[in-house]
Order: sequence, then structure tokens, then C-alpha cells
Amino acid sequence: MAGRIPLVLLACGSFNPITHQHMRLFELARDHMHQTGQFQVVGGIVSPVSDVYGKQGLAPARHRVAMARLALRSSDWITVDDWESQQADWTETVVTMRHHYSRILRQYQQNTGTGGAPPPDPRPPDGAAPQLKLLCGADFLDTFRAPGLWRPEHVAEVAGRFGLVCVSRGSLQPDRAVHECDTLSRHRANIFLVREWVRNEISATEVRRALRRGLSVKYLLPDNVIDYIRQHGLYTWESEQKNKGGVLRPLELQRAPPEMLAD
Amino acid sequence: MEHPDRTKVVLLACGSFNPITNMHLRMFELARDYLEDTGQYRVVRGIISPVGDGYKKKGLIEASHRIEMARLATESSDWIRVDPWEGQLAEWVETAKVIRHHYEELVAAEHCNDEVDTVRVGKKRRHEEREGGPYSNHLRADVPQLKLLCGADVLESFSVPNLWKSEDIAEIVGRFGLVCITRAGSDAWKFVHQSDVLWGHRKNIHVVKEWVTNEISATHVRRALRRGQSVRYLLPDAVVRYVQEHGLYSAESEEKNADVILAPLQKYAKGSS
Repeated sequence: MAGRIPLVLLACGSFNPITHQHMRLFELARDHMHQTGQFQVVGGIVSPVSDVYGKQGLAPARHRVAMARLALRSSDWITVDDWESQQADWTETVVTMRHHYSRILRQYQQNTGTGGAPPPDPRPPDGAAPQLKLLCGADFLDTFRAPGLWRPEHVAEVAGRFGLVCVSRGSLQPDRAVHECDTLSRHRANIFLVREWVRNEISATEVRRALRRGLSVKYLLPDNVIDYIRQHGLYTWESEQKNKGGVLRPLELQRAPPEMLAD
Repeated sequence: MEHPDRTKVVLLACGSFNPITNMHLRMFELARDYLEDTGQYRVVRGIISPVGDGYKKKGLIEASHRIEMARLATESSDWIRVDPWEGQLAEWVETAKVIRHHYEELVAAEHCNDEVDTVRVGKKRRHEEREGGPYSNHLRADVPQLKLLCGADVLESFSVPNLWKSEDIAEIVGRFGLVCITRAGSDAWKFVHQSDVLWGHRKNIHVVKEWVTNEISATHVRRALRRGQSVRYLLPDAVVRYVQEHGLYSAESEEKNADVILAPLQKYAKGSS
């Protein structure tokens, strides 16, 4: 795999809780990116959203981070990063990407020369600078089209400067989402669509539903995550009421009058 | 949770398990939740019975590997186990025979229990049940009921010519019972409706709806494996490791039995001609 561009995949989301499906996305994306012949995937980052996101039934970030860590204990390339989850306000995806990219770049520069740095990670083959791409499900591409949810310059930065790896499920048509958005279409060379042939719709919503109804979720998420949920009594009728009827923080921010946004 | 008034059930799943996936294991969990939720049953055990090599299905690898993978996959379960009896037979045997075998085992086990606890309080109750209780028409009341756990595809396969003997279908469904896991979109009752035998025993058929689509098929897993793609999180980690260590599932192994007719088809087609 010499001469390939080192690539880190970043997945942002609630991870409420993390499921096998989330981890499958990483595996599918890595296989796909290796098949392009251009990239060497050197790492995966799971970045749980912070509590202020305001999504219904969102468990405290410390639990979501702990569960993700347990789930990924057995992976030798995917890790959990709690930076985003610890931010006081909701962080725009592009800001999270900038944060991680500067961290990766720093590490890379240390490793390539200046200063006797420890063994490289990510490894730079033939000096190619590492890249960071956002890993997402096909439903995520649709959010780009939702009016007012994204600032146009952020779409351009996420798709253009960084890049997207999008795993499609079932009947969703991610290529249509790209086609119908001018910004995405302009950067389509940097958008990698991965087809998931097996429909596998383990959603965290379904997992929470089963848990609060006392039904089994075994084999949908790792055993140690299920143990953690039991030990901490997470995901009950009560916890599902959290943030109910509230407005998601990103939408709330947009509702603010334009002059406030301009500040 | 002890429910002495509930009927004990043992679930039996027959199939290739080539290899076992998380989906197979999910079927057991879904079936148990469903049956226990009816308030009538208590599911005491699940049995996985991988088919023997004599089944001659395309790409079917050695039973010893399939049994071992299933054993690894069920290590973390406190109620699902693998039984190697069917897999170790040289010739393919009908599912009805496999069920009968396991039922005899349950009867034998219950016999042992009876001899151990001679004058227990529960014994009296069992005697009462035996005499004309609500379950007197079903085999023996003190032995757990044995039900075949399957996907909707098995229900559908009942109508495939020469795949099943009609008296076997009647026995499986009538004497034992079926628990059938179906995907949210599919209509298992349609197959029941279209078959007179199944319709006659519809009270013995439990259809469990799986709300979360989860199509991990063993066929897909084998395809990914021989193409060098990741199958992690589709099967338990211990199984993934076993597959790697033993170099299972290659383009070569997929060609096994490629031109051979499936054992049941061979057998019944001969019989009917």
C-alpha cells in the first residue's frame, strides 16, 4: 500500500447507543476506500455529539462515550474521541472536522521530520499528506438539502476541502442527493458512495425502543455495551422523554435573527 | 423469573449455519421475547442443529467447522446451545427426524429428573396436568414443548415440490409447532393461507415480526469473505477469528457440491417417480 494517501475517517452522531451498524459503516468504508487504490485508511474516529444537541432521548455524553469505548475495545483501528461531546455548545460538523484535521496534521508533521517524534501514526507513505473524510449514512446527504440546516460555505468545506464517504442503505439514493445539490455536485470527485448490499437497519432508535420495553437487544450491539446499559439503568421510558418537544440546537441557532448570526 | 404455570418451550433451529451469523442468533432472541410475552410460555433452551455434509448444498463446508463456529458464537449465551447430532450423521436426515430425536432427548432428560426428585411438591402438580389437563393432547405435559424455529423462507419452502414430505410437514407443524421470524414487509400468513396443511395447524404456528430489517445472510457473508472484505460485526468476533485461522470460505470452497442435487430433492424425486 505504498504511495497511498493516509486517510482518517470521522463519524459524527449521537451514538445513543452505539450499535453494530455504526461499526459496520466503518468496515464497509475502509474496504471501499482501499479498493480505490488511492487510500490507506489509517484510523477511524467516533465523535459523539454533546448533550446540548437536544435530541429526544439523548443519554448523557459521558455514558455515550463510555459505551462507544467499550464497543470499540476490540477494534484495532477505530477510536472514540470525546472532544466534541465535551463542548459547551453544539459544534458544527465542519468545526469538529477542522479540530481533528489540525490534530492529525500536527501529528503528521511531527512524524515526518522536525523533532525526534515517536513512531508515526498516521504513517506518511512517500510524504503524502493525510486526509480526513467524514463518514456518514445516506440519510446524512439529504440534510444538505434541508433548507437552512447547513451554511453553503460549510457544505463546500466539508465536501470540497475534506470529503465525504457515504454508505447507502436500502432504497436511499445518495447519488440523487449529490446530483440535486449544486455544491455537492461540484465536489463529487471527493464524495465516495459506498453501497451496502445487506440491508441492516439496526437503528439506535429501535435499540432504545426494545430496551425500554424490556426486549432483548443481544447481537445488535456488543455484549459489554448491553452490560453497561443494565448497570447504569440507561434507556427507560423516562429517559426517552428527555428533550421531548424541544428544538434541536442547530435549528435553534438558525432561528436566531440574522443580525445575531452575523455577530 | 419463575413462572410455574407456564408451558416450557425448547426452540430448535435447523439449517446450514454456513457460517452462523448474528442474524441466526437474533432469531432466537426475538422468538423468546415473543413467546414469553404471550404469558403462556417460558423458553428454557435454544438448540442450534447444523445440517450434516450429506445435505450437499453448494458451498457447504465441513460440519465440524460449522459446528465449532456455532459453538463459539453461542459461548456468550446462557440459553442457546449447539447440538452436533445432526451434523455428525453421514447421511442427510429429514428435519422431522431431527425434531423427533431432540424430543426423545427431552423425554429422557425429564425421566432422569423424575427419578431424582421423587417426592417433590411439584410432582403432584405434574401428575394432575398429565391427567386431562389443557395440554393432554400434546405429547407429555411434563416435557417441554419442542418447537421448530425458522425464517419465513422455510415456511415458503414447504410448497417447493419434492423438498418436503407432506406427512413430515404435518408432523412438524401439528405435533410440534413452528415459530417463524418474518421481516416487517413479508407476509408469512400468506403461505399459511395458501397451504391446507399449514392452515389446519395455524394455531400451532407463531409468526414473529422483526421490525428491524436485518438481512445478514450467510450467502452474503461467504461472498464478502472470498472477496477479502470485512465481515466484522455481522458475526461474533470469535467466529470471524476462526474463519481466518482456518482459511475457510474461498472461491474454491464455494464450488463444493456445485453440480450436485440437494439431498432431499434427490431422495424425494426418486420416490415420486
